[in-house]
Amino acid sequence: MVEITNLYKKFGKNDVLNGIDLSIKEGGIFAVLGPNGSGKTTIIKTILGMVIPDRGSIKVFNTDVKNNSDYRHQIDYLPQIANFPSNLKVSELIKMIKDLRGKTDADQNLIEKFKLGPFLNKKLGTLSGGTKQKVNIVLTFMFNSPIIILDEPTTGLDPISLIRLKELIEVEKSKGKTILITSHIMSFVEEVADKIVFILEGKIYFKGSIAELKTKTKQQDFEHAIANILTENHA
Amino acid sequence: MLKILKYSFFDLMRSSWSYVYFAFYLLLGIVLLFLNNDLSKAVITLMNVIIVLVPLIGTIFGVMYYYNSKEFTELLLAQPLKRSSIFLGQYLGVAISLSMSLVLGLGLPFIAYGLFKSNAIWDFSLLLVVGVFLTFIFSALAFNIALSNENKIKGFGYSILMWLFLAIIYDGLFLMSLILFEDYPLDKVSLIGTMLNPIDLSRTLILLKLDISALLGYTGAVFKQFFGTSFGLIISFLALTIWVVLPILRIVFKSKKKDF
Repeated sequence: MVEITNLYKKFGKNDVLNGIDLSIKEGGIFAVLGPNGSGKTTIIKTILGMVIPDRGSIKVFNTDVKNNSDYRHQIDYLPQIANFPSNLKVSELIKMIKDLRGKTDADQNLIEKFKLGPFLNKKLGTLSGGTKQKVNIVLTFMFNSPIIILDEPTTGLDPISLIRLKELIEVEKSKGKTILITSHIMSFVEEVADKIVFILEGKIYFKGSIAELKTKTKQQDFEHAIANILTENHA
Repeated sequence: MLKILKYSFFDLMRSSWSYVYFAFYLLLGIVLLFLNNDLSKAVITLMNVIIVLVPLIGTIFGVMYYYNSKEFTELLLAQPLKRSSIFLGQYLGVAISLSMSLVLGLGLPFIAYGLFKSNAIWDFSLLLVVGVFLTFIFSALAFNIALSNENKIKGFGYSILMWLFLAIIYDGLFLMSLILFEDYPLDKVSLIGTMLNPIDLSRTLILLKLDISALLGYTGAVFKQFFGTSFGLIISFLALTIWVVLPILRIVFKSKKKDF
């Protein structure tokens, strides 16, 4: 579904991606992990075509993403920081995205699920961070695309919404979709992820299941396994 | 692209700035016409205002809109839309809404004054066309500067400098070079110099049409002598069109390579 080969990206003098090779062929939940500044968001943005790589290629469903935009019909993306035009109302934003991407009725369901009804006529600039994130989630999940990319989806969510989000992710997974998640909340990752892709200094350090990671690092629990990679590589 | 254009346009139409801009021209038009009572003088005063002010407003609005709609842009980039249509749509939204404020703001008082019955209608229409051209040129230039500068303050600074240079400094340098090199034949140099500045070009174009030789100045006189009035008009329109097309091409080109 997603095929990344030999990907390089520099921002100024800063090498962010140093030859990433990643191939995702099956459905399931993939957690992209790594310390701050390791290039997680950059990888996601190159898949979406927002960042243009210096070298290497990315294929989504066998189409090269370079100079192409139609493939993005296959991807639902939840950006890390929910920045919306502040003078639009929530309902207007939802209507606009529908107008740009195509018809869907799933939004009603999602609005109810996240209790956004009272906010529909409020301007986005007046919403709290958590509410914005809920709007963000509605916009992402209302289209039924085979690939879902979630960049720090838990930011600002209250416990109930977090449970709802997890349910939502499970439902989408059961449809056989590929879901890419980045997060710094290890308990969340451990709970939802099938596979871990660990990025360190712009390279893929580890790819496999959580159990494999534990064996590799000889640690009992997931959080320590991750911490182990980090301390060993920075010592 | 049309959808983006539509959203940018309505977004701007809802902002109070469009109305302030519109109201300013409305007031200017009313004051000039009803207190002055001389249509051809009003057109000349308007020319002087348009030639300096329209580029300034186009520049500031262009830069401001680009930086303000950053969030909107990022939202759109993740959607199945071409980059060129996102940026061109936004650019056209700005340019068209500004042009509308200008044309309506100046047009309404002139119509109320009874423009259709006077023979100044062509001079006046030309003035509006030039104003629209300048809006398109300077908002495109502003978009270019904003696209190349991540830093808002820098972007604003460079665009104001660009306006200052083209509206004021350029003329000074031009005059000085004409005085310095007066021993040489300068006809062609001054022609090219005029073409290279859209503000000078617009001024020459309007003065050619108004046929006021006293105001034409050296370059205008050379222009008229070289091309004649009607050919001169065509040439300057062509040059203005190039001034619109080139920055737009750079917007398309630059936006394809940018990281967000």
